[in-house]
Amino acid sequence: MPIQYYIYLALSLFSIGVVGVLTRRNAIIIFMCIELMLNATNLLLVAFSKMHHAVALASNAATQVGIEGQLFVFFIMVVAAAEVSVGLAIIVMMYRNTHSVDINFLNRLKN
Amino acid sequence: MAITHILFWFLTALALVSALMVLLSKNPVYSVLWLVAVFFAISGHYILLNAQFLAIVNMIVYAGAIMVLFLFVIMLMNLDKETEPQKDIWMKIAGAVSGGCLLMVFVSLVKQATEMTGKEALLKTGTIGLIENLGKALFSDYVVPFEISSVLFLSAMVGAVVIGKK
Repeated sequence: MPIQYYIYLALSLFSIGVVGVLTRRNAIIIFMCIELMLNATNLLLVAFSKMHHAVALASNAATQVGIEGQLFVFFIMVVAAAEVSVGLAIIVMMYRNTHSVDINFLNRLKN
Repeated sequence: MAITHILFWFLTALALVSALMVLLSKNPVYSVLWLVAVFFAISGHYILLNAQFLAIVNMIVYAGAIMVLFLFVIMLMNLDKETEPQKDIWMKIAGAVSGGCLLMVFVSLVKQATEMTGKEALLKTGTIGLIENLGKALFSDYVVPFEISSVLFLSAMVGAVVIGKK
């Protein structure tokens, strides 16, 4: 499969995530759109890893080129899991204080 | 048309439609369920690219753990009714237009990039995505980042407990 198709798919998913962050007001939905963007980059990393592997396979049949990309995706998933736990705790605390998860009520730092 | 190509286009359409439905559904619970569908489609793409370990981890960690956490929080807050006050329609149009501009810039950049013309992503073959090879690389070359990520998890756990206890 040409690599461009994977790039266009990942870019479309990323842009949908950006539009979600810009247009929604619910803090949880915004957080989910950030997860969507992270997954788009993960898909792109895996596709590029397989692209480099295909190039290297032509010269050497037992090559391991491209494995770094997939390990990087693994570490991105680790960081995303840690980020989600802290972020959801922050949203729960915010809901306890303001009884809303609307981000337009979060302008207290402005004044 | 080979079966892998049919699967590729099916999974792509599923991912894009589900991602759009995440934005368009008013109820946050439905958004979470559509996002689970996106993650399953992306896992299908990983299987198609023969990255089996990442496909399983994506399903377990994202669709299994993170999305259930989101569902718990939404149900804890009793947000499962249409309570979200809507943004100004002009703000929505401006957001959609700016996201579309970003996509256009990206697509034109990819169209100009000559390094990627004629390159293929290897489908169905290749052994680098198998658990054996990834495990060997993870526990020999990348063992220090792996251990540091456990410290990250510990700090995240302590942080979540401290924030949630107040």
